[in-house]
Amino acid sequence: MALQKVKGNIERMFDKNLTDLVRGIRNNRDNEGKYIAQCLEEIKQELRQHNIAVKANAVSKLTYLQMLGYDISWAGFNIIEVMSSTKFTEKRIGYLAASQSFHQDTEVLMLATNMIRKDLNATSQYEAGLTLSSLSCFLSPDLARDLANDVMSLLTSTKPYLRKKGVLLLYKVFLRYPDALRPAFPRLKEKLEDPDPGVQSAAVNVICELARKNPKNYLSLAPTFFKLMTSSTNNWMLIKIIKLFGALTPLEPRLGKKLIEPLTNLIHSTSAMSLLYECINTVIAVLISISTGMPNHAASIQLCVQKLRILIEDSDQNLKYLGLLAMSKILKTSPKSVASHKDLVMSCLDDPDDSIRLRALDLLSGMVSKKNLMEIVRKLMSHMAKAEGTTYRDELLTKILEICSQNDYQYISNFEWYVSVLVELSQMEGGSHGGKLAHQMMDVAIRVETIRPFAIEQMSLLIENSSVLLKSGRHTSATEVLYAACWLVGEFCSLLANPRQALVSMLTGLNPALAPHIQATFVHNILKLYSRLEEVDTEIDAMILGKLEELVSSPNLEVQERASTALQLVRSIANPDIGEEQLRKELQILYAGELNPVGPKAQKKVPVPEGLDLDAWINEPEPEESDDEDEVEENLAQVFFKDDRQERGGKKSPSEPSEEELANMRAQRLANQSSNPNYLKSYTPTSPSRQDMNGGEVDEIGIQSIDLDVPLYIPGLKSADSYFNIESSSRERKHKKKKKKKSKKVESSSEDDDGPNVAVSRNLDMPEGASLSDQEEESLDPLDPHSALAAISLEDLQTPPKGEKKKKKSESGDQGLVNLGDINSGDYIPEGVEAGEDSPIALHVSHKKKKKSEKKSKKSKKEKHAPKEDDLLGLEEPAQEQSADPKLTTSSVQVIGSDDILQVSLVPASVQITDTGFSVQITVDNTSQQKVKDINLLVGEEEFGLTKSLKPGSNKTKTVIIGMTNLQPGSPIQANLNYKENEERSIELCLVLPATAWLQDSSIEDENFAELLVSGKLEFMLSKQIQTSLNIQEATSVLSRHKIHVVQVQGGSTVSLHALSTSGHHLAFLLKPINGGSNFTMSLEGRSSCKELLAAVLDLAATELA
Amino acid sequence: MIHFILLFSRQGKLRLQKWYQAQDGPEKKKIVRELTSTILTRSDNCQRKPKMSNFIEYRDLQIVYKRYASLFFCFAIDKTDNELGCLEIIHRYVEVLDKYFGSVCELDIIFNFEKAYFILDELILGGEMQETSKKAVLNQIECADKYQEEEIVELALKDIGLI
Repeated sequence: MALQKVKGNIERMFDKNLTDLVRGIRNNRDNEGKYIAQCLEEIKQELRQHNIAVKANAVSKLTYLQMLGYDISWAGFNIIEVMSSTKFTEKRIGYLAASQSFHQDTEVLMLATNMIRKDLNATSQYEAGLTLSSLSCFLSPDLARDLANDVMSLLTSTKPYLRKKGVLLLYKVFLRYPDALRPAFPRLKEKLEDPDPGVQSAAVNVICELARKNPKNYLSLAPTFFKLMTSSTNNWMLIKIIKLFGALTPLEPRLGKKLIEPLTNLIHSTSAMSLLYECINTVIAVLISISTGMPNHAASIQLCVQKLRILIEDSDQNLKYLGLLAMSKILKTSPKSVASHKDLVMSCLDDPDDSIRLRALDLLSGMVSKKNLMEIVRKLMSHMAKAEGTTYRDELLTKILEICSQNDYQYISNFEWYVSVLVELSQMEGGSHGGKLAHQMMDVAIRVETIRPFAIEQMSLLIENSSVLLKSGRHTSATEVLYAACWLVGEFCSLLANPRQALVSMLTGLNPALAPHIQATFVHNILKLYSRLEEVDTEIDAMILGKLEELVSSPNLEVQERASTALQLVRSIANPDIGEEQLRKELQILYAGELNPVGPKAQKKVPVPEGLDLDAWINEPEPEESDDEDEVEENLAQVFFKDDRQERGGKKSPSEPSEEELANMRAQRLANQSSNPNYLKSYTPTSPSRQDMNGGEVDEIGIQSIDLDVPLYIPGLKSADSYFNIESSSRERKHKKKKKKKSKKVESSSEDDDGPNVAVSRNLDMPEGASLSDQEEESLDPLDPHSALAAISLEDLQTPPKGEKKKKKSESGDQGLVNLGDINSGDYIPEGVEAGEDSPIALHVSHKKKKKSEKKSKKSKKEKHAPKEDDLLGLEEPAQEQSADPKLTTSSVQVIGSDDILQVSLVPASVQITDTGFSVQITVDNTSQQKVKDINLLVGEEEFGLTKSLKPGSNKTKTVIIGMTNLQPGSPIQANLNYKENEERSIELCLVLPATAWLQDSSIEDENFAELLVSGKLEFMLSKQIQTSLNIQEATSVLSRHKIHVVQVQGGSTVSLHALSTSGHHLAFLLKPINGGSNFTMSLEGRSSCKELLAAVLDLAATELA
Repeated sequence: MIHFILLFSRQGKLRLQKWYQAQDGPEKKKIVRELTSTILTRSDNCQRKPKMSNFIEYRDLQIVYKRYASLFFCFAIDKTDNELGCLEIIHRYVEVLDKYFGSVCELDIIFNFEKAYFILDELILGGEMQETSKKAVLNQIECADKYQEEEIVELALKDIGLI
């Protein structure tokens, strides 16, 4: 034994240790890979030995190699071995290796759960601390679940060192295992007041991180944090707290108002830039959330902007960057105060640092006005011309387009200028901007009608010079603008001065080098232009035919198809034998009519018309077809491209076709082929138009295009700069005029009013009946752990227990304010603070609240049920709603009959009794796997067709009006449901109409009600005891849904109610709790002049309340 | 929260990496490659042109980096985090390293890389600042070292049979 040990020790002396390895790597710079491969071999040898010290040495070397980028995941098990060593030295190495190389999906971790638990509870705080640090790197959901309790118990450790680490690790535990949040939260909250500043700061960190993702749950901690903020001097913690407040204020604007003062004080006093920056950020967030109603609102913004200006002007690039970043946040609320610093921002565009340039760009887009748009865009364009690298260039271009097009071109006063800018931009070298430009060109020309003539002229010039674009833009995307150009020219060709010339240039421009979709658009628009030509022009005809014939052999299907269609059309028109004028006119009609832009979400918003069931079969599928699943699948796959095989499927006979049939088929196929333009066949000059055209020798007309590498100046294309000069000179003139007039009147036109207003069409085609709201439902990313955390409610952990709340409610209930402010009072302020009363926020808030609720009650009594929206805290309401909800839904449907195939139900609330009969809404559910046909409802002699057929799993609801009088409440009506499912079947229905159907909405004065009771008219009396979980208020609200309304509340708990039947019978009720005010048993006593009705209504009420 | 920390030399050699958000191997390598090259080119420009800021926007993260002598310290944080605060964390780390090694240099970190990790673990846990006090961090790390040394001495004594 001893010998073995000594031997092991001697061997160890020859092993490489970490230092040797590092040194070795440094000495073998030239063949590092080889050296490391050799070392890895040695390490593998060492790991095979039993001596744990040798293994630790190997693992420590592995950790170094891992950092250099080598995969060590194969050594996972060895790492765990070293982690389980009893010696701290080795444990340290093992845990370090684990924290570096393990991650949450590492499988060997499952083996380590118990060991980690043991280490967490180790007596030495360094061992436990090491485990905590390391665990934070590889915590898996399983580990989080298993170890959550152990981490929690560390929070009560006597050692601050472990408490601190435990608190921080909790955040990771929450992320991996959200269920741990609820039980851990109270303890975490306690740590905010831990005597050790490190622990306190750690707790602030964790809550800040949690709250930033899901602020709602942490609103109630605001007073605690406020106290911390005003008392603490730890800048690290202050930053976190202030950040946390920034996340909370959007939910609670009053908190924001409270914050402004201390924050501005900090801004003035602090010398730490990081704190200053955080304060400014939060002040901005606060100001955004309380944009109005602040007296010194403007002053705070001014202060922020001033401070930011100092940051931006600073020589420190970091401060400059952050200043710009924060400035862009202010921009959203008060663009005016930022706009005055335009020069400063513009100067940042020249900064060598692209982070700064990009931030400055962001800012610029918010600073534009009608007046300075041209100047800014010109500056950006000059930047674009000299910018290096396509990324920045593309960024600039996107920004220019964004600036100009924002708010439906709000800031553009001269659209001719804008079109010129677009044309100019299209000639610049760039990466992938063509598509954006094309889209913008089309958008402008379509939506701004007045600019169309100009735009079309420019576009036709662009097409004429398309060769320049093709040359200059080596990237194909530059030619993308040709797509827009040719579409516009074709669509609005009536505006062209010289359509013939445009057509010619389009034909020349149609180059096989263009992208296929552009070629296809060219072909289509050539046709449009062609239809516009006034007189017969054989030269043009020949040109078009020549071009199209080239394209018929295009490898792209779309181009080929369009070309051959167009070719046939033009041939027929050009053929003098056929009435050419007639055809040309018809072609014109084909392209007549304006195309409106379609809203991007239009398709989604088409409402499904009533009565249209998208899942229903239009034609019942053939039964035998539906049996064969493969067949069905094939059908589905061939919705669009049905091949012939399918069509012939029916005729296909199993036997071989005879000779005769084969011959017929062959003849047919040949005929098909010859009429199919897409079928490539040996050329036979059969077409007469072709022969005509051959005389023209079109192919020789080919036009020489000029090849130049330098982008040409295109004569006729307006330069954007020319507009700038016009604008500035006209402004100068204006300025002079203004100066003259100054004595007479104060300058009234604000800078935004400058320039003419051009109508921009905001019409987007939307389907009829589509809702106008543009809101898309925000969906949470299911993979984000924070969404799981957000789903956890911490409300009941923070609010006083339910019983207390109810007491409050019933007290104030007497005043008729049940639904208003009182529900919330006390929820915002956690218990401790309320008692202390030393929190300024708490006082402030509760005071306000009272005022608000008073105001509200005055405002309108009808809004009693509305305050949900006004509820500023939104903490309590949803829970309340939920508890009431099930009662509402359970009774909403009543099953009146069923068998193994169908289930029939009715909606009691839908029953209406009239003089001639009653109407009822009946729902039939098909619960079986079979399809059911011809469902009819038979009541007495009458038969009502419900539906012709019902698919498995679907249902059908129909309102039936039954002409039946003499109905008695409580007595069932016999009815049958007949249907066919292979054979005729029938279900017996027990149609009991709810008693409330006989009631009508009514109200009665106190006095009349008293009179009614004394008059003795209500001769029948019945009473019931009801076991219920509802309190009196909830019970009355349930009853009022059934048209039984409260008349009077006596002594806070006894309620008298009244209802009136359609036939004029009065019903009076008294509802009171028995057993000394407990909510769980109530007695309901009723009197009426109609016994049957009373019994039925009482029964109904009892079932509803129970 | 801090997503990851990289330390690399002026030649782009990685000296330390710590990931607080799990990433798979190839992804890690890609990030390291991209960041080292961007940061190195930015700082190359430093000598010719005026100074660049220490912040880069990278994917949905904010990269804060700073150069100390031949080493670049590069932290990735959330966009909402305080960049200046992060610079201070970097500085704090460097200060502690400096105190611990006694005017630290790149070689100290290369040869004692595990110590550099342990110090980092005392400063930051799970991507959050754990201890802001330099003294406390140094104290903890020294105590832990002492604990380890005592253990080694004890074991050595046991080995030769003195205890």
